Amino acid sequence: MNRLAVELPGLQLKNPIMPASGCFGFGKEYGNLYDLSMLGAIMIKATTLDKRFGNPTPRVAETASGMLNAIGLQNPGLQGVMENELPWLEQYDVPIIANVAGTETADYVEVAKTISMAPNVKALELNISCPNVKCGGITFGTNPQQAHDLTAAVKEVSEVPVYVKLSPNVTDIKEIAKAVEAGGADGITMINTLVGMRLDQKTGRPVIANITGGLSGPAVKPVAIKMVYEVSQVVQIPIIGMGGVSETADVIDFLSAGASAVAVGTANFVDPFICPKIIEELPSKLDELGVNQISELVGRSHRL
Amino acid sequence: MIIQDRMRVTGQREIAKNIFEMKLTGKLVGEINSPGQFVHIRVSDSFEPLLRRPISIASIDHQANEMTIIYRAEGRGTQLLSMKKEGDEVDVLGPLGNGFPVGETSPGETAVLIGGGIGVPPLYELSKQLTAKGVTCIHVLGYQTADVSFYEEEFIRLGETYIATVDGTKGSAGFVTDVMEKIGDGFTTYYSCGPMPMLNAVQTAYTGKRGFLSFEQRMGCGIGACFACVCETTDKTDKEYIKVCSDGPVFPAGVVSI
Repeated sequence: MNRLAVELPGLQLKNPIMPASGCFGFGKEYGNLYDLSMLGAIMIKATTLDKRFGNPTPRVAETASGMLNAIGLQNPGLQGVMENELPWLEQYDVPIIANVAGTETADYVEVAKTISMAPNVKALELNISCPNVKCGGITFGTNPQQAHDLTAAVKEVSEVPVYVKLSPNVTDIKEIAKAVEAGGADGITMINTLVGMRLDQKTGRPVIANITGGLSGPAVKPVAIKMVYEVSQVVQIPIIGMGGVSETADVIDFLSAGASAVAVGTANFVDPFICPKIIEELPSKLDELGVNQISELVGRSHRL
Repeated sequence: MIIQDRMRVTGQREIAKNIFEMKLTGKLVGEINSPGQFVHIRVSDSFEPLLRRPISIASIDHQANEMTIIYRAEGRGTQLLSMKKEGDEVDVLGPLGNGFPVGETSPGETAVLIGGGIGVPPLYELSKQLTAKGVTCIHVLGYQTADVSFYEEEFIRLGETYIATVDGTKGSAGFVTDVMEKIGDGFTTYYSCGPMPMLNAVQTAYTGKRGFLSFEQRMGCGIGACFACVCETTDKTDKEYIKVCSDGPVFPAGVVSI
């Protein structure tokens, strides 16, 4: 019996580790470095109906134990992803979670309907939390009613389970979580980045051309842990946790907080081999904790 | 192939004000295939600073399994790197990107190599490889001031070398383009690395000539996954954008919209 195996709606995971959307492209670059079939799943870069160039540069800025980014959902568009990216990924034995983004309900629905028919797409991740685009994205993720309605609309057309990616840039993330659950979401992924800014020391002007960017990396982990801890106690659907996961110990923390699986984001930029390294280390970590099956750790923090 | 290697520092010295020359040994050296490729260095084993630092390769010694990098200790990351001592180990990812095409200039032909500031280092290995195959290299090196200039002697050993400093404290006063006017156009190809405005000026001055430019952009992953370092192309028919890290950093002149 595989001690690391995790079963989630639509997803039979060999292990609970997957690269987070936006930090792994469509896998090609990392496919040159290691066998992608080792991964639990892959969350591919957000796909929009039409291709997008994204924001002007500079798009990234380093911060204390973190980084800001404002890429702006650059991607080849639905057609490009369906014709080139997803077929290329079929050579690997790994479920794909397709991140779906848009500016209005109609294009979310269109992308979701088509992309969910791809043979290797086993789940959708509805992106209602990107802080770096002017319309859509986060506007759906900060209003419970809108989040609910969009989830319901996408659920209606999707061939595979739908996970909704939540934004931490809200007053009460539990309200949004409950709303998407009521809208029919099969799971939640959280958290997206926290909106932030960095200023140039000499000129005083924002470093990032988009002015603001999304903060990620080890700096955001405590915020993510707190939010997973809270949300996992008010919804019945599973959570894929993320936010600053950089080493094996962080995975244990997210599971303990209430996540059923864990995504690794920014750490892929720091160490492109981080996902296989964590997967390799997990069994001995379980031994250390005296745990047989990894899912036994899920929600440990609630059992006070 | 891109590998992650814990390379050992075999030398580190300050060769000009805040400019460091560092020598590293490890199996990664065997993977380097062209001048102008770069490495992505993790300067700390902690998460502070978080991201790697992209640094160009100045010289390769396959026999000694050693490479030389030259960098400016400007921010916190490169300052930490400058404190590494002989015997220390450094986490290096590379080699990354596509370097200068040495094959574009034939033996007996002349190439002009134009570098600006911390863009000068990759031209050194390029010149070594070009001159080794019988290409005559003319070097035009621009620096802000004399105290941040470096490798003049090394370049002179390989061929005709002109230095320009903005304040005139070394060589001729002014920019590399002022020197370029003097050397005329009796050459086959040009290769250049430096800040964007310099690359633009070089490209404009040498319109019609075959040239190759190495770009610098703020990077995240260094391998083409994060889309931080994209630039638009001038001719959008083939590709609308390029990624400096993995499609470049070297591109034929005219390809990238400056």
